[in-house]
Amino acid sequence: MAARPFRVLPGFGLTLGYTLSYLGLIVLLPLAALLLRLLDLSWPEFWRLATTERALAAYRLTFGASFIAALVNALFGTLVAWVLVRYQFPGRRLLDALVDFPFALPTAVAGLALSSLFAPNGWLGRWLVPVGIQGAFTPLGVVIALTFIGLPFVVRTLQPVLQNFEREVEEAAATLGAGRLRTFVTIIAPSLLPAVLTGFALALARAIGEYGSVIFIAGNKPYESEIAPLLIVIRLEEFDYPGAIAIAAVLLAVSFVLLAVINLLERWVSAWQH
Amino acid sequence: MSIELRNVSKRFGATVAVDRVSFTVRDGELVALLGPSGGGKTTVLRMIAGLERPTEGDLFIRGQRVNDVPVQQRNIGFVFQSYALFKNMTVFKNIAFGLRVKGWKRRDIRARVEELLALFGLEDLGRRYPHQLSGGQRQRVAIARALAPKPRVLLLDEPFGAVDAKIRQELREWLVRLHRELNVTTLFVTHDQEEAMEVADRIVIFSRGRLEQIGTPREVYETPVNEFVARFIGVLNVLELEVWGGLATVGEIQIPAPGLRDGDRIRIGFRPYAVAISPDLTQYRYLATLQRTYFLGVMLRLELETEAGLVIRARMTKEEYAQLGLRDGLKVSFQIRNYRVLATEGAPLGPEEKAAYPELPSAGENI
Repeated sequence: MAARPFRVLPGFGLTLGYTLSYLGLIVLLPLAALLLRLLDLSWPEFWRLATTERALAAYRLTFGASFIAALVNALFGTLVAWVLVRYQFPGRRLLDALVDFPFALPTAVAGLALSSLFAPNGWLGRWLVPVGIQGAFTPLGVVIALTFIGLPFVVRTLQPVLQNFEREVEEAAATLGAGRLRTFVTIIAPSLLPAVLTGFALALARAIGEYGSVIFIAGNKPYESEIAPLLIVIRLEEFDYPGAIAIAAVLLAVSFVLLAVINLLERWVSAWQH
Repeated sequence: MSIELRNVSKRFGATVAVDRVSFTVRDGELVALLGPSGGGKTTVLRMIAGLERPTEGDLFIRGQRVNDVPVQQRNIGFVFQSYALFKNMTVFKNIAFGLRVKGWKRRDIRARVEELLALFGLEDLGRRYPHQLSGGQRQRVAIARALAPKPRVLLLDEPFGAVDAKIRQELREWLVRLHRELNVTTLFVTHDQEEAMEVADRIVIFSRGRLEQIGTPREVYETPVNEFVARFIGVLNVLELEVWGGLATVGEIQIPAPGLRDGDRIRIGFRPYAVAISPDLTQYRYLATLQRTYFLGVMLRLELETEAGLVIRARMTKEEYAQLGLRDGLKVSFQIRNYRVLATEGAPLGPEEKAAYPELPSAGENI
């Protein structure tokens, strides 16, 4: 009998088979369906459908606003995570729980809440609109909604990394004469960067796909405040399946490339990790 | 005088971590801070470094009072138990860090780092990251990093704690050699008395935040100031005897106890090498069975058990052992050549009770 490699836990074959078929069913099958439908289109036809003026404006808004929102979250989410991990203060646990709020809140509710907040007669809009800050029904509104829903990704990615960060490393820098700023810039920041990038990527991916919260606050004016996912829905409602699929394919491709680039970047900045 | 502590205390809330400790370390000395964990030795080290502020007392480095000097300006090298290497930097950059902070010129930094890499046998590892190194290599990088800016004092927290026994021995010898070469004042924390005895010029013994004794390894071994030190340094047999009719007795063992009342208890301590053993049952006063022999290299440790159940630890060389023809299970006679009275009082004593050491009449040399 051929010797089989010994494993303490049985069931490797079974679980691997299960994992692969599950991933195939949940992730790959829908993607394959989309690509299959895409094959129905000829290249010039696809290009025409995917690059209409209106679609281009929608891409610009979706990717631009998502990028800005993810950037804002990377910055302030890092700050929030830092405060939550590093300091003990009354209400810390409550604040920590609050971070998950954008996760838990149905996106439509979030959109409704935000738009009523920033509308010209809303709590914030009342003061902001007179000074020229139009939160509701503008591209700015899109950024606000995407920032709201992206926050937990950065905070939750960074927290464990910050928790594992040895205090002694900072003390070692201090004994070598380094002040706080230098310690932060040369040691803490580079150590956090990979996690910040991961959080950024997650927030970005979530923002690109976000639909529910945005459509309430964006105003959805074509060429101005209409996001790409909404345009897909509109095309579908017009029974323009090829048009919807073309835009969906572009969204898919760009998201894929973005994630791949961020992944590479992450690997590059963490050359010192395994 | 390189380092001086005067009545230094450190309290964390209600707990007293360090209690009015005073000692001085001379220039170029290699000193061990020794004691059981929780004894306050690491806190003392961290206060010298400036990572912790004394609650009371004064701390001097080279005559200058440094209580209010921030850690960055104390010019000390500190090696953490976990090494605390910068994971995002190569070995070269780790060692160069302190030099860059101090604004050295690029050329000088390169020369200094390369000098240290060579000194520490790390020549080929300059471009590696900490996770690509073995435990021993990591430690050497940590020490090289601490030494790079030429500190006045090198402080090491449990430097041998995290490596296995074999490398540990090498590291001890290496640290002694390194200290001899560089001659920088060095303090290290350890809970291992053997390590302290082997490596240090002098040993500072702590227990529960208090300084128990400071002295050369020989001094603390041969003339411990109290029972705690005697028990902590080396192996000590301790017997508790009861006085009756001028004799203190436990099991078969009897010693004269002049001046003590009936019912008093005394405790005596004696080192294993103060026990004389013979296979000739008439030669010495007490009888016992050699229960077990432990081979520790050149020296052997013997465990004797008397009829009454007292366990006595003894030691001798292999040659003596062979000459006497001893083996496990053999009936032997023995004698305690000399001993110390640890404490005398009516009631049983706690182990950390301080006591005077009146020498009782004894044969042979002192322990």
